Amino acid sequence: MIYVKGVNQDQKWDEINVGGNITEGGTALDVNTGDWRIMIPRFHEDKCKQCMLCFPVCPDSAIPVQNEKRLDFNFKHCKGCGVCFKVCPFEGAITWEKEDK
Amino acid sequence: MGIRRLLSGNEATATAMKQINPDVVAAYPITPSTEVVHYFSQYVADGEVDTEFVAVESEHSAMSACIGASAAGGRTATVTSACGLALMWELLYVASGQRLPMTLAVINRALSGPININNDHSDSMGARDSGWIQLYSENNQEAYDNYVMSWRISEHKDVLLPVMVCQDGFITSHAVENIELIEDEKVKEFVGEFKPERHLIDGGPLSVGPYDTPHFYFEHQYQRAQAMKRAKQVILDVSKEFAAMTGRGYGLFEEYKMADAERVIVVLNSSAGTAKVAADQLRAKGEKVGVLKLRVFRPFPHAEVAKALSNAKAVAVMDKCDSFNGMGGPVFVDVRTACYDLATRPQIVNYIYGLGGRDVTVDNFLYVYEKLTEIINSGTNTDDIYRHVGVRGVN
Amino acid sequence: MAYNLKKESNKPERLTGGHRLCAGCGASVAVRGVLRAVNEEDKTVCGVATCCLEVSSVLFPFTAWQEGFIHCAFENVAATISGVESNYNALKRKGKITDNYKFIAFGGDGGTYDIGLQSLSGAMERGHDMVYVCYDNEAYMNTGLQRSSSTPKFAEVSTAPVGTKQAKGEMGVGKGQHKKDLTAIIVGHGVPYVAQTTFTNNFKDLHEKAYKAHYTPGPAFLNVLAPCPRGWRYPAEELMTITKLAVETCIWPLYEVEDGEWKLTYEPKKKLPVEDYLKLQGRFRHLFKKGNEWMIEDLQAHVDKKWEQLLKKCK
Repeated sequence: MIYVKGVNQDQKWDEINVGGNITEGGTALDVNTGDWRIMIPRFHEDKCKQCMLCFPVCPDSAIPVQNEKRLDFNFKHCKGCGVCFKVCPFEGAITWEKEDK
Repeated sequence: MGIRRLLSGNEATATAMKQINPDVVAAYPITPSTEVVHYFSQYVADGEVDTEFVAVESEHSAMSACIGASAAGGRTATVTSACGLALMWELLYVASGQRLPMTLAVINRALSGPININNDHSDSMGARDSGWIQLYSENNQEAYDNYVMSWRISEHKDVLLPVMVCQDGFITSHAVENIELIEDEKVKEFVGEFKPERHLIDGGPLSVGPYDTPHFYFEHQYQRAQAMKRAKQVILDVSKEFAAMTGRGYGLFEEYKMADAERVIVVLNSSAGTAKVAADQLRAKGEKVGVLKLRVFRPFPHAEVAKALSNAKAVAVMDKCDSFNGMGGPVFVDVRTACYDLATRPQIVNYIYGLGGRDVTVDNFLYVYEKLTEIINSGTNTDDIYRHVGVRGVN
Repeated sequence: MAYNLKKESNKPERLTGGHRLCAGCGASVAVRGVLRAVNEEDKTVCGVATCCLEVSSVLFPFTAWQEGFIHCAFENVAATISGVESNYNALKRKGKITDNYKFIAFGGDGGTYDIGLQSLSGAMERGHDMVYVCYDNEAYMNTGLQRSSSTPKFAEVSTAPVGTKQAKGEMGVGKGQHKKDLTAIIVGHGVPYVAQTTFTNNFKDLHEKAYKAHYTPGPAFLNVLAPCPRGWRYPAEELMTITKLAVETCIWPLYEVEDGEWKLTYEPKKKLPVEDYLKLQGRFRHLFKKGNEWMIEDLQAHVDKKWEQLLKKCK
């Protein structure tokens, strides 16, 4: 069952947006792509120097930034690719491990 | 009162475009439609319209740019013929599937190959199932009138489908006729403002043209199919309003001397005029013949066509396009299917005619009427429903 | 204004997560980088050609785009966006809209180097105020890794596989032809701004080029190398290693052409051998088999020649 912003797959033809237009932005935020993960990155704030090199390399916009500080990962979207772990220049600020599910 | 002007079909179309003053026109040259664009670019150069004219590098891009412009809330037009329409093919479905209003003037020309620049209907007939409304025009006046009406139909909230306004290449596109133009102000008022509910640059978020999964694709296609069905009433309503403004009435089709007609020719575009002359000649001899001239081919007015043909004994459906299907042309197949539910059906045969600019004469139609007499007299079409007229060695 | 990644990090994302691109995909990294260079007060309409990015980011009723998005077909994103831009000009002139918009077309290499080249060429020549961004992953990834004119020579792809009988100049060596120099082709159009870039370090190169592209009036073109871990067969986490090596080996030089003036934006201190780049990727694995040394030599010679030519242009 898909359910987002008032659209679901039980709706009748005349209840769905004409021509498939999506009239809101960013509705994909409701999609949990986090369950694709095999590996998971961990954020260790105490070791982070807030250099910001990690947030732009994330293909999933899953490293939120507030007031020029990165926050913990958005695990709803993070697919665990490990690119952020690889670019992090500071030992232990991001670790990357097999996720226990 | 209107303004009498001597105009070719192309100039009449360009004049209607000027009066409508679209936001965006994107077009690419192809004979015989190019002239419309010549006229229109001159209007742009002279500041008579404030349209963005996009001289694209192909018809494919013309239709793509129109799709972009319409999705961005613009009133959008293009013009083409033959291979140009064929190159747009993929995008015709996108335009109607995304429910984007626009008008495409099709100056009908034969498709290659071999290449031929003259008139037949293989271009627009090939696009008959692309979700576009199709209006056909017998003469320059009808080409102009249909063009003016097309916008109201296309942009109507119950429809939101693109429209092709078709006329015959060279035969009407290059022939100069006296026509009656509507005053600019009246056209402007009739057509009104285009106000789409949402568009790409209205300040809000909007995604147009998503990937549509099996959960939704079928419903979206059903929406499009229903819009096409609803278009019939909208066309009638708009035509009624148009008649009130101009005195020129249009229906889904024109019935010419059909009241007691036993033999009927179904035809569209310019050949309807030739067919009427043939019918007049036979009527003068007391023969009960008539002509049904289709104006609206998409949506196909099947119930109305069947009713109009219900009293005929034999019907010849003329197709200026061959379907190469071993059975008959596109108009024939639809007309014959429409008549299936009649309690008493006329005999219905197909004549493919006039391909690639072959002259279409009054004699051709007299011949077809005569063949209909043979069918009535013998009580059979001899299982020969798929016929051609005007081919050397055939008749 | 000097580039400051921290400052840039404050901008809201115009492309969200929750899209279905593969883990470690370079495409969305490219898109985010390009969109980050748009000033916050400006709005965007992005057109996307049929490609991985399109089918993954907009599945009804989900969209990863926060603003305007349009997909039309594979080969026509440049024409589609040129239609949107034309209508924007019409409505602006008529005073019907007040917002300022930027128009950006995204296509993969298939939709740009190959099937979309005509549409791109037309839009560039006509002079629309738009940015065309090719995220170049060097094959038709969306349909299953077929060769494109962007695929580098010898790369193994599904329609140019490595055969059992590998011989010089014959089928079976991976792709048999060198990559098309699309960036130079667009330079030939005489558009005001053309650049070749990718993501390296703190994204300065990509950002500054994207900014120029957005804010130079008229058409601009960005060719962004955007690695595909699945198709190139390297571990997904190595994304930034791959782009760095592409640059350091001069396989993917970083340069821009502003109003006809060629300029290198980065010159490696020591040009690395192409092997360093090739050996990380499964698509080039057969180049390291005994007897195939000539392939690496061939590629190195090609890269050297192109690099020298570029240096001359950038003098």
